[in-house]
Amino acid sequence: MNQDSTKISLTNRSKVVSNKKMTLMERFYLPAVLKGMSITLSHFFKREVTIQYPEVKRPFSDIYRGMHVLKLDDEGRERCTACGLCALSCPAEAITMIAAERKEDEKDLYREEKYASKYEINMLRCIFCGDCESACPKEAIFLTNRIVPSQYKRTDFIYGKDVLVEKKNARVDVSKRQTPEVLTFKQDKSKSHNK
Amino acid sequence: MDIQLVLYKLILCVAILLLSLMIAMYATLAERKVAGFFQDRLGPNRAGIFGLLQPVADGMKLFFKEEFMPANADKVLYILGPSLTMLVALLTSAVIPWGGTLNIGGTEFALQVADVNVGVLYVFAIVSIGVYGIMIGGWASNNKYALMGSVRAASQMISYELAMSMSIVAIVMTTGSLSLNEIVAQQHGMHWNVFTQPIGFVVFLICAFAECNRAPFDLPECDSELIGGYHTEYSSMKLGFYLFSEYINMFISSAMISSLFFGGYDFPFMNDLGLSHNMVTILGTAALFVKITFFGFVFMWVRWTLPRFRYDQLMRFGWKGLMPWAIVNMVLTGFIHLLFKK
Repeated sequence: MNQDSTKISLTNRSKVVSNKKMTLMERFYLPAVLKGMSITLSHFFKREVTIQYPEVKRPFSDIYRGMHVLKLDDEGRERCTACGLCALSCPAEAITMIAAERKEDEKDLYREEKYASKYEINMLRCIFCGDCESACPKEAIFLTNRIVPSQYKRTDFIYGKDVLVEKKNARVDVSKRQTPEVLTFKQDKSKSHNK
Repeated sequence: MDIQLVLYKLILCVAILLLSLMIAMYATLAERKVAGFFQDRLGPNRAGIFGLLQPVADGMKLFFKEEFMPANADKVLYILGPSLTMLVALLTSAVIPWGGTLNIGGTEFALQVADVNVGVLYVFAIVSIGVYGIMIGGWASNNKYALMGSVRAASQMISYELAMSMSIVAIVMTTGSLSLNEIVAQQHGMHWNVFTQPIGFVVFLICAFAECNRAPFDLPECDSELIGGYHTEYSSMKLGFYLFSEYINMFISSAMISSLFFGGYDFPFMNDLGLSHNMVTILGTAALFVKITFFGFVFMWVRWTLPRFRYDQLMRFGWKGLMPWAIVNMVLTGFIHLLFKK
């Protein structure tokens, strides 16, 4: 190799290509073919990297951005107040909602006077960026490490409140993504999204 | 007595036919499994345990697919193409000795459908018809890709057939017979031809890859350039016939390599184990199938190792590489045979 020229090598595995005439042995090709075959054979006995998906699942990161959840508060009331910030922040325009006023006898269902009577996320549009999560002022919507399953119909990908709202007896743990740092960041008035 | 023989041959024919089809069926699965393992994957494993029902599912799928025929295709030739390919692929198995003789009720039955005394010539005659199936199919499709593929197939098969037959000539010279049964019989006791004919073996093996249109000689199909090559316009079971015959050809080629160079149904210490005659025959057939399986594996192994040739490289390799070596091998064998054997 030419030492004078300052070449940057990232892997130190680069080889200088040459057009030199092949020796008689090289022109037989068979040794090279056998060498290649020994390389492929060594892969034949290597451990397979396949993960048998539905039976075996690979571990996800704690802050994996998968299917959304609409959280309930500690008393089991919906936190969402249908302010629409999530829909506004959504770059894919996947979220729609209709707001409604809480009745007197619904105090144990909804935390504040206003709630979302209809809340839909189109999972085919969603790009799982998590902007809705960071926009939400009420800690109501979170992305979770659950995967959106496949469906046969496009309409089946529009998830309503029946799927999104967490069940009282089967709470979804989001404590890993709701760290103190995240909470202070959300309260920080100097950031544009909190103004 | 004659009726007994005819019945026996009929049973043998049907058995070999079914066996060839079964093996071709499971060769498709084996190919995908082997490909998977070579690429650090698992391959199909959902249909049945280890994916054993996968070929059945694939076959079912092919049967239920739409039978499509291009508008301007030659109807008769279009159907004749795959039929001929399939027929030719199955015909070769008639002369291959699948084992020694079975002694049933005092009568000796050979595990070979027809002991033709020009067996090697028969095989070459049949194999060279094989190119017609591909040619006709590609021509009748009325599609430029199909035609290109079939033209490639024709020129490739004709070029490699020459070197292939010449490597066999050396074996015929040492054996002194064209009968496959005789060639196998003379290799008994580990006198396998591969030890005396290493150049011939390598030439024959490479030509066998080319004759089967397998990688690195799969230019007739050549998915990346010609879509599917000669079977671009085929669908449903007609396509199935083409794909199936490729695997049958692979199976028969492996059987031919085993018979010509690796002693066929001969295995080490064949006559020293003190087993009964029938037992030895059955073990011999098993040994032959072990060899066939190994060469089937080599076919797949090479496919997942070597990249495809460029077309001019393919022709240059056939004519300027293999042909001279086959001739050198033939001349050398002739000299040695003349000097030392007689």
